[in-house]
Amino acid sequence: MLQIKNLQVKLEEEDKQILKGVDLEVPAGKVHAIMGPNGSGKSTLSYVLSGRDGYEVTGGEATLEGESLLDMEPEERAAAGLFLAFQYPVEIPGVGNMTFLRTAVNSQRKARGQEEMSSTDFLKLIREKAKDLKIDADMLKRPVNVGFSGGEKKRNEILQMAVLEPKMCILDETDSGLDVDAMRLVADGVNALRSEGRGFLVITHYQRLLDHIKPDVVHIMSNGRIIKTGGPELALEVEKEGYEHLKEEVA
Amino acid sequence: MALPQQKLDATEARIAAHQLPQGGWSAAARTDALARLRAMGLPHPRDEYWKYTRPETLTAPEAPAAASFKADEAPIFGDIDRLTIVFRDGVFDAEASDALEMEGVSIERLDGGPDIHWARDIYGTLEANGQSPVERPLAALNTAFATDGLLIHVTGKAAKPISVVYVHEAETSDAMLHHVVKVDAGAELTLLENGPAAARFNKVMEVDVADTGAFHHIRAQGRDHERRAATHIFARLGQESVFKTFTLTVNGVLTRNECVIELTGDDAVAHVAGACLGDNDFHHDDTVFITHDAVNCESRQVFKKVLRNGAKGVFQGKILVKPDAQKTDGYQISQSLLLDDDSQFLAKPELEIYADDVACSHGSTSGAIDDDSLFYLRARGVPRGIAEDLMTIAFIAEAVQEIEDERLQEEIVGRVEGWLTRRRDA
Repeated sequence: MLQIKNLQVKLEEEDKQILKGVDLEVPAGKVHAIMGPNGSGKSTLSYVLSGRDGYEVTGGEATLEGESLLDMEPEERAAAGLFLAFQYPVEIPGVGNMTFLRTAVNSQRKARGQEEMSSTDFLKLIREKAKDLKIDADMLKRPVNVGFSGGEKKRNEILQMAVLEPKMCILDETDSGLDVDAMRLVADGVNALRSEGRGFLVITHYQRLLDHIKPDVVHIMSNGRIIKTGGPELALEVEKEGYEHLKEEVA
Repeated sequence: MALPQQKLDATEARIAAHQLPQGGWSAAARTDALARLRAMGLPHPRDEYWKYTRPETLTAPEAPAAASFKADEAPIFGDIDRLTIVFRDGVFDAEASDALEMEGVSIERLDGGPDIHWARDIYGTLEANGQSPVERPLAALNTAFATDGLLIHVTGKAAKPISVVYVHEAETSDAMLHHVVKVDAGAELTLLENGPAAARFNKVMEVDVADTGAFHHIRAQGRDHERRAATHIFARLGQESVFKTFTLTVNGVLTRNECVIELTGDDAVAHVAGACLGDNDFHHDDTVFITHDAVNCESRQVFKKVLRNGAKGVFQGKILVKPDAQKTDGYQISQSLLLDDDSQFLAKPELEIYADDVACSHGSTSGAIDDDSLFYLRARGVPRGIAEDLMTIAFIAEAVQEIEDERLQEEIVGRVEGWLTRRRDA
């Protein structure tokens, strides 16, 4: 589903190489996790895949179901089925959450040549999905993420994911800033979306989230490269031994 | 002091282009206004309050030509239950208007009303009061030469809004209208205005709100691009009265909206808000002067300007708090969203405070669309153009929310969406 080959990325504004040749493949139906210390390039990978400004791809490629992602606009990548759950969801005063969600859903449908969803159908869909994530009507009415707690923001990300039904979901440190209960709620939301046709790439510092979202494969990233790949037991090893140990082992 | 020859000549040239209506109850006020105009002269680019907006096309004897806007979009307020009054190029259109009758309100016209009239005490009086400390010569010109207008006396709670529709047809029409509104104690009226009026429009509205009266004014200045307008509101507010005005302006090569408010009774409330959107040679000027002359009054000025492709926005807003106007609560914000490097926003906020127990705040900002927000929307599949439009509507929301009636808020937002969509699809 998601295929990344020898991806090399530097910052646009300064001469600093962040990704130094990343190779990764996430097949449909699988959950892959990327773990790694601060500054290893995990978040950069998620931003580059979703099309944020400020990065320059200096080599390699990334495809979603065979389509090259790197030439597309961010909105085209979303319509192609890519979804990034932000580490820091953005507050947008003045834009209502519902308006935002409906515009997003219908923009993607339009881009895919599907008919727009009627407001009645949309309302039904939202209410159903919001209920599962314990998002109340008031949160839907408020401007996007404005005045939301950390947990509410992350739940709102998962709501968007549930409503947009992407093919490939990237979760960028979705566990950061969450207490245990909020994390469980978010993980349940993600698990409910696991399906044969959908891939997940879960980026996290800690093993904790992976207790709730069980990965099929774990990658360790360090200094802009994947240095080790293994099963779920690799996450436990990191938790026990730390990253330094792994770095030494690979070196 | 004698006027500079250049100013004197320009003023006399303009006066010569008009005829002073003779006789009737307004004659004395018109003669007085003409004398005042001759003494102050028409605006000149060197005048303190005309530094950012060039007055020549507003003062010239002939109105510059302006094509009228052709679009399929139905005019605003169409779904609102209202009493409609139509002026076509500044001329009253009886056929297109509803009967000038409504419970709680008496409506007459400036042109051809009865000989002794209640409006005599207000016509030209509030305008003359508003000439100090800042001169507003185009308003004096209007008082002298206005050809028509509405005289609205609100005696109770008006059953529905009065909606004045200005239609622009002739390419060189030059309209001058003068409305007088008197709101009695405890009475309430909502006045709607829309349409471009004429190739050039000069309008004065004097509003006298008695104790505990309420006046709401929502206006949409569309849609022709080449039109020019200078409008003035002069309001006097009694005790515990409420005055709220909101203006949406889209298009127009020159719009100058002046609003002069005097809070003369304790506990009165005045809100002046506006949102404008323009492209290219769009030029929009809000000039506001609010005088607090009573205790515990509240005033708000909220202005948002969306400027693109080299458009220009001007804000000159003043709060004057007189020595006895204690407990004044004054707020003023003017912000612009500059969508490119060529657009320009010029703001001159002024506070002049002589009382010592007041709360007055003011702010002015210029900025672009926030990149993080834009990326967030696009990452969810919202195309750049639509994302920018959503952010634009969000930007003006604070001003639109100054309108109390939510249906009217929606009407305004609908207009803005239409304007943005037309540009996106073009």
